[in-house]
Amino acid sequence: MMDEIKFKYQGVARTYQRELLDNWYSGISSAKEKGEKVAYLFISGNIAELLRVFNFHLVYPEVNALQCGVKKVAGDFIMKAEDVGYSSDVCGYVKNDVGLILSGNKGPFGTLSPPDLLVCTYSGCMTYVKWFEALAKTYGAELFILDVPYLREGKPTKGDMKYICSQLEELIEVCERKTGIQYDEDKLKEILGNSVKAEDLWVDILQSAKNEPSPFDAFFEAVFFMAPIYVLRGTEECVEYYQKAKLEIEERIQHKTGPIPEEKFRIVMEGPPPWPHFRSFWELFKKWDVCVVASTYSKVGGIWDFGFRHDPSRPLESIAEYATNCYTNYNWKMRSEMIKSYIDDYHADALVIHSVKSCRAFSVGQADARERFIREYNVPTLFIESDLADPRYFSEAQMRNRIDAFFESLEHRRLVEV
Amino acid sequence: MIVAGVDVGSTATKSILLNENGEIIARGLTHTGANVVKAAERVFNQALKMADVEEWDIAYTVGTGYGRFRVPFGDTQITEISCHAKGAHYLHPGTRTILDIGGQDTKAIKVGPKGEVIDFCMNDKCAAGTGKFLEAAAKVMDISLDDLGVISLKSKKPLRITNVCTVFVESEIISHLAWGKKPEDILRGVHNSISGRSSSLLRRVGLEPELTFTGGVSKNIGMVAALKEKLKLKINATEDSQYTGAIGAALFALERASIKSVTTN
Repeated sequence: MMDEIKFKYQGVARTYQRELLDNWYSGISSAKEKGEKVAYLFISGNIAELLRVFNFHLVYPEVNALQCGVKKVAGDFIMKAEDVGYSSDVCGYVKNDVGLILSGNKGPFGTLSPPDLLVCTYSGCMTYVKWFEALAKTYGAELFILDVPYLREGKPTKGDMKYICSQLEELIEVCERKTGIQYDEDKLKEILGNSVKAEDLWVDILQSAKNEPSPFDAFFEAVFFMAPIYVLRGTEECVEYYQKAKLEIEERIQHKTGPIPEEKFRIVMEGPPPWPHFRSFWELFKKWDVCVVASTYSKVGGIWDFGFRHDPSRPLESIAEYATNCYTNYNWKMRSEMIKSYIDDYHADALVIHSVKSCRAFSVGQADARERFIREYNVPTLFIESDLADPRYFSEAQMRNRIDAFFESLEHRRLVEV
Repeated sequence: MIVAGVDVGSTATKSILLNENGEIIARGLTHTGANVVKAAERVFNQALKMADVEEWDIAYTVGTGYGRFRVPFGDTQITEISCHAKGAHYLHPGTRTILDIGGQDTKAIKVGPKGEVIDFCMNDKCAAGTGKFLEAAAKVMDISLDDLGVISLKSKKPLRITNVCTVFVESEIISHLAWGKKPEDILRGVHNSISGRSSSLLRRVGLEPELTFTGGVSKNIGMVAALKEKLKLKINATEDSQYTGAIGAALFALERASIKSVTTN
């Protein structure tokens, strides 16, 4: 067990992740002072590689919001946003960001430099568009909306690709104008080469959860492990991170150890975590020796485990393809097929859906998915609900009751079947 | 051997003692109130007295319900969802679906032929469709909770209660009263509103006969009638329905006590 024996690479992934994020945030804090350019963008299907060509510091307001959630300051920020008129139904991430701005942009990660350019890289959620419009007004910064078509037929059509690529070309002109740096395709190819290396390593880590016991919790740990690939993708540090993380995972496989002492249940998790109650939420599952072997939230930025990779030989096209290739841009048929394949390929016992009150992009359709998995696929499925940022929606007693009852029933059914 | 099940609900606390043949030998019932530990002790002592036994005669105790972790003499805790399934199977072995309406919770539970939980759905963060909804109606109309169902059965022209909120239903009722509507018609509307919400919960787990109605609200004959009308189905509801969770807990206690005695021998 990991707590008792100290292995060579134990804890490396977490420690190095923290170090990388600290450095990244301190770069963001000092950017304004140093006269360096800052671009704000979204996580989902992001075009980080292209912006890196222009040496932008990249800021992801969603990541700031989840950091505030984990550090338990989101509640106060959300209340501040409600004080100025945002309704209780508005996305918790947005309200957290509004509260953060009203508090001088000082968060647990330091002070954020204001944006020189806002790139709304995900338009599948209308709230995101409105969020960046509000930021553009607040900061007086230029806003570029990258309109990414929703995946209606499994993959982007030729027309979709052409549409996104032409917008990327427009964006290149904007970036050149903002930074005075000329677009350099060779540089972009080099950055994309780093992305591919990190993507290969990340997929290896994700798929390690097929081992029994799983060496890795593909939700509760993956949410930390995934940060570099979403915020630092394209950098050498990002590649190095996944090399180190993979060593830790391989060591766990070798010692047949994992995130919980004795794996009893393997589940697939759908939906984001309740960040302000992350620890206690995890404890509710640990109590039942549950390991999450695959999750959809770890695919919220991009999906690589079905073969997609950035391609340095088609730089803009592959960035465009990636922009469409994030979980919330999938329709429910695709989402269901993806979840079903996880259940089968990772030998999961059940599906748990954590629905979030203030994010319809994620939660619309989840109640139907619950029924489909129970009735059509005969997969025991639990539906629980709280929020990803707003701590007021998390009721631990109710949550515990549902989780306990669900695993009790799985345990009982195993006994009855024997 | 005697075992116990204690079900600490949000409104009422129930206890059951079983002998080694699984027969009910005593019951206890009290209002939960603010002190959960005291409520659990009170019902436990009631049952001990009724069976004329002492605490040390109890081989195993299972706590269930929201207050299950506060049953100081409990050997283990099991959720009321599992306990209701087991208890309903004991009372009505043909049970395949359970509707449990308690003080603050409404649950639909789908059970297998051995009383195992297959699926469940509950109301979320809202007391509409629970016992609290009826309490709100009783309070605003100044009628005792026990009389609500009986009065509602007199209704000839049930009103439609549109409100789905336990807090705002009071103002809707007041408005009906102000317009001179009959209390029985209002109350039947309230019962119909709850049965509507219950039926959608039941459909989510898949309603299969037999349906067993449990929890405190199952004592309300008006509620049973409203559900029968809505679901067009025979409904199992007996005097012991309110004790279903405690019975299930005691049955789990019996299983665990048997395992314990085997391992200690």
